[in-house]
Formats: sequence, C-alpha cells, structure tokens
Amino acid sequence: MSISSTTPAASQAAEQQAVPRQRRRRAELSEGKKQERKLGWLLCAPAALVMVVVTAYPILYSFWLSLQRYDLKFPQDRQFIWFENYVTVLTNGYWWTAFGVTLLITVVSVAVELVLGMGLALIMHRTLVGRGLVRTSALIPYGIVTVVAAFSWRYAWTPGTGYLANLFAPEGAPLTERASALAIIILAEIWKTTPFMALLLMAGLALVPDDLLKAASMDGASWWQRFTKVMLPVMKPAILVALLFRTLDALRVFDNIYVLTNGANETSSVSMIAYNNLIKGLNLGIGSTMSVLIFLTVAIIAFIFVKLFGTAAPGASEEGRR
Amino acid sequence: MATATTSAKVKWGFLDAVVVVFALIPVLWIASLSFKTTPTLTDGNFIPRDWTLDNYKLIFQTDQFVRALINSIGIALIATAIAVVLGTMAAYAISRLDFPGKSLLVGVSLLIAMFPQVSLVTPLFNIERNIGLFDTWLGLILPYITFALPLAIYTLSAFFKQIPWDLEKAAKMDGATQGEAFRKVIAPLAAPGVFTTAILVFIFCWNDFLFAISLTSTERSRTVPAALSFFTGASQFEDPTGAISAAAVVITIPIILFVLFFQRRIVAGLTSGAVKG
Repeated sequence: MSISSTTPAASQAAEQQAVPRQRRRRAELSEGKKQERKLGWLLCAPAALVMVVVTAYPILYSFWLSLQRYDLKFPQDRQFIWFENYVTVLTNGYWWTAFGVTLLITVVSVAVELVLGMGLALIMHRTLVGRGLVRTSALIPYGIVTVVAAFSWRYAWTPGTGYLANLFAPEGAPLTERASALAIIILAEIWKTTPFMALLLMAGLALVPDDLLKAASMDGASWWQRFTKVMLPVMKPAILVALLFRTLDALRVFDNIYVLTNGANETSSVSMIAYNNLIKGLNLGIGSTMSVLIFLTVAIIAFIFVKLFGTAAPGASEEGRR
Repeated sequence: MATATTSAKVKWGFLDAVVVVFALIPVLWIASLSFKTTPTLTDGNFIPRDWTLDNYKLIFQTDQFVRALINSIGIALIATAIAVVLGTMAAYAISRLDFPGKSLLVGVSLLIAMFPQVSLVTPLFNIERNIGLFDTWLGLILPYITFALPLAIYTLSAFFKQIPWDLEKAAKMDGATQGEAFRKVIAPLAAPGVFTTAILVFIFCWNDFLFAISLTSTERSRTVPAALSFFTGASQFEDPTGAISAAAVVITIPIILFVLFFQRRIVAGLTSGAVKG
C-alpha cells in the first residue's frame, strides 16, 4: 500500500508543475513528463516482469526442447534433432483425433453458449422479479471449481449411482461410448461457462438505450425486430469479445475431460494428450512440440479474430475509447 | 413490457425458475451424494434416503484432504495478495499516467489472458524440476500470479477510471495533507474495486487444476482439486465417491459464500473488466 499512497502525490506534483508553467519553462514540463514516465514504468515493471518471465521464457525454452529428442526415461539419448518431433506429432493419428475433438467441443459449446448466454443475459437484465436471485444462481456455475462440477456430472451419468444414467438407454453407460461421452463433456462445458458468456453479453445489453427500444416499439417493431435491428448492432462489440474469450478458453478444455472420461474412447483434447505425454510419458521433446503447436493454433485463431473484427477487439477498444 | 402486469411477472418468474434449477442441480446433486450413507450411495436417488455426516468425518481425519485444503487456502491467498498488489500498481499507472509502452503492456496482458496454459506445463515442469521449485507452494504461486495478473489489471483499471480523482485535489485545497487525502478520499473509493478484484483472482486460483496436477507430486503442495482426482482408488477409501463428494462440497463452500454476499460486486467486476477494458 505504501507505493500506491505515494503515487498520487508524484503524479499530482508532475501535473501541477507542468500545467501552469507550461509557457514559461519548457524544460520543467519535460521534467514533469519524465517523472511521470518513470513512475509509470516503475509501477508496471513488477507485473510486466512476472508475466514475461513466467510465460515468454518458458515458451522459448519449450521451442528449444521441441527440437530435441528428450525422454526423461532415457536421458542419455538426449539429442538435437531439428524438426523431427514435429513430423512425429503431425503424422500421428492420435494428435489429429485430439485436434478434431478439441475443435468439435469448441465449436459446439461456444455456439450453444452464445444462444443460451444471450437468453440468460436478457433474463438477468430485464426480469421483473427476482433479479438478485437469478444473478446469484447464475454465478454459481461460474465460480464453482470445474473439477467439482465435473465429478458431479460424472456421478450423475454413472450407471447405478447417478440420476441421469438411464435417461436415454436403460442399460447404457453413457460415459463409455464416444458420442455420448463427448456430448456429456460438451454439456459440462456449457453448464460451467454459459454464465460467463451471459455476463459479458449483459455488459453489452446495458449499452442499449431504452429510449431507442421504446421508439422502435412505438413504430410497431415486433420483439424479434427490436432484438435483431436495435439490440444486436449495439451489442456487436460485446458479442465479439465474448466469442473471442470463450473460444480461446474452450480450446484449452482439460479439467472436464480429465475427470469425466480421462480421455478414454478417443475423447482426449490436445491439452489432455500434451499432459499425458509429459506426466505419463515423461517425454519432454514430444510434450514441448505439442505445447508449441497448441500455442501456434491459439495464436492463429486469436489473430484471425482480431483481424476480422478489428477495432472490436478488447486491446483496440482500449485505445479507441480515448 | 412497460407496465409490470401479472402475466408478465409470471412469465419472468418461470424463466427465473428455469435458470435457478439449471444452475443448482449439479451442486445439489454432489451435496446429496456427500450426505448419503455407503449402502445408499448407489441407489441413484436424487435426495438421500439415509442422511449421514460420515463422509465429512472421514475426509477430515485423513492427511490427504486436510493437507490439500491447507495448501489450497495458503496458495490461493498468497497468489491473490501478490497479484492484487502488483495489479493495483500497474492498473493505477495505466489509468492515470501517460508513458510510452502502456499499450504494449495492455496488449501483453491480453495475450496472456488468452494463452493456452498447457503450453507452459511442459517447460515449467522441467524448469521447476531444475531449480527446485517443483512440488512447492512457490512453484504454483508463480504461474497463478501470472495468469491472474491480466484479470486483475483489466478489472482494476476499469474501476480506477471511474474514480473522480479531482476529489483528491479538492481535499488538499481544503487543507488535507497528501496522506489524509489518500486515506480519507481515494482509498475508500478504490477499496471496492480492489476487493472485487481480489475475489475474482481468488476464485481463479482456487479453481485451477491443470497446473496443480502437473507441477506437484506429493501432499506437500497438492491442492484440493488435484488431490480429489487421486482419491480415486486410494487405499484408505473403500469407495471414494462419498469422500470425493464431501471434499467437493467443502471446497465449494467459499465460492457459494462469495456469490451470496458479493453477487453485485462480482457481476460489476466481470462486466466492467472484460468489456470496458
């Protein structure tokens, strides 16, 4: 706290110096500016340092490891092999199956969440009764530990234990068949993250002026017309931000799969097989290769989002707002 | 829609009920399992036929759970405290000061918010093994701070932008010292934002599973979400379902308390931080 307590003083002093004497003494203005810069850097340095040291260095190190044959079970075989690991991974069926599973989970869950999230946002924003109750309950899936929710779903679908196990087939074990297991994973993802989507969309809804909706309603616009012609255009930036955040989050899917199926029956995501390669296989070379490939995939998708939506991206809106 | 007729109220009431049921069923189910006796555990009933607290007594008698709970609480609290302090400093600079490199910092923290955490697991595993951080509190605290910082910076700078900083100047003109102006004017205005951010960051750290199972190997630093998955098949539990459920309920309690008491703040924090940047 001591640092924040001195900062307003310093910046205030800088401004007081800078503003009234601007015309007479240019040197002092730049002195104040310099101080402000220095203070800005000083305050940001610790946060920036931690973020860079813990992410940038490991990802570079990861790239370095990915160029080596490096298996902790056979450490003496460590050898620099250029891009051989990449060939190994990219020609491997398991990798592409996991890649497909990850994309499937991402696309389906984000699409469903967008629709449900919009509904939930409308309910939380406009409901006439029990607004606090709805918002409180919606926050529970957001806040709950993913692993806890995943265990709840697992036991719910386990034959003999769960209340949902016999919902579709009397003798089935839904978590042991690929299609139904994937559906359950997607369901668990949707349950957990729809509220987050809804909150981001609700922030957009709050920007829709009530007068505009009333005017449209007086002009005879139906509910659907008001929604598509008035609300959606105003909400577009919020929708794009919500989609971006959730898509990149969904690509990381791990906890639910780990608990629900542990990757059995080809339900592994890329995060799952990267983890398995490391912890079970102790193969640092292959594990790092997968780390780099996942990082590149996410970077490409993020880049496409930002390119497509330009100023709507959160980083850009930060600047545009000034 | 303009006037609250009874039929509109009923309609909204029904929609509310759907949301509440949808949100609560999985939570109630795991709670129900945790109160079931061993013989009735597999009866598939949503509501327990026989209620018991044995599952809770059992887990609190095992080191496996108690240690994990201590680890979870300690690691999450320390990581939250550090992330909030560093985040407050950075957010203050971002919202109040003008300096080159500011948009770079905002961009970098946005990138980290989107970073696939699994990409860090392999390199961090090896780095931490080499420098002796593997399976320690610090080994988990560091990645938690890193991934919590973007959240903290975004939420806090959104809050800080709403503070009327001129009040501080006014207080000083009225004769308050710098310290008084900060203590009596700025700190009370900033506190709710800092507090909200702390809750969000704590929830994030409390939730993590991937780092917790990858960067720990023993009870020394394993947190509850990771320990839960090792309950399965552990020798001291005949059937781990009841124990896992009880442990799951225990770590859900703080989340429920936060949500009950600070719903308004959490909603405000998430909506302002994520969208208004």
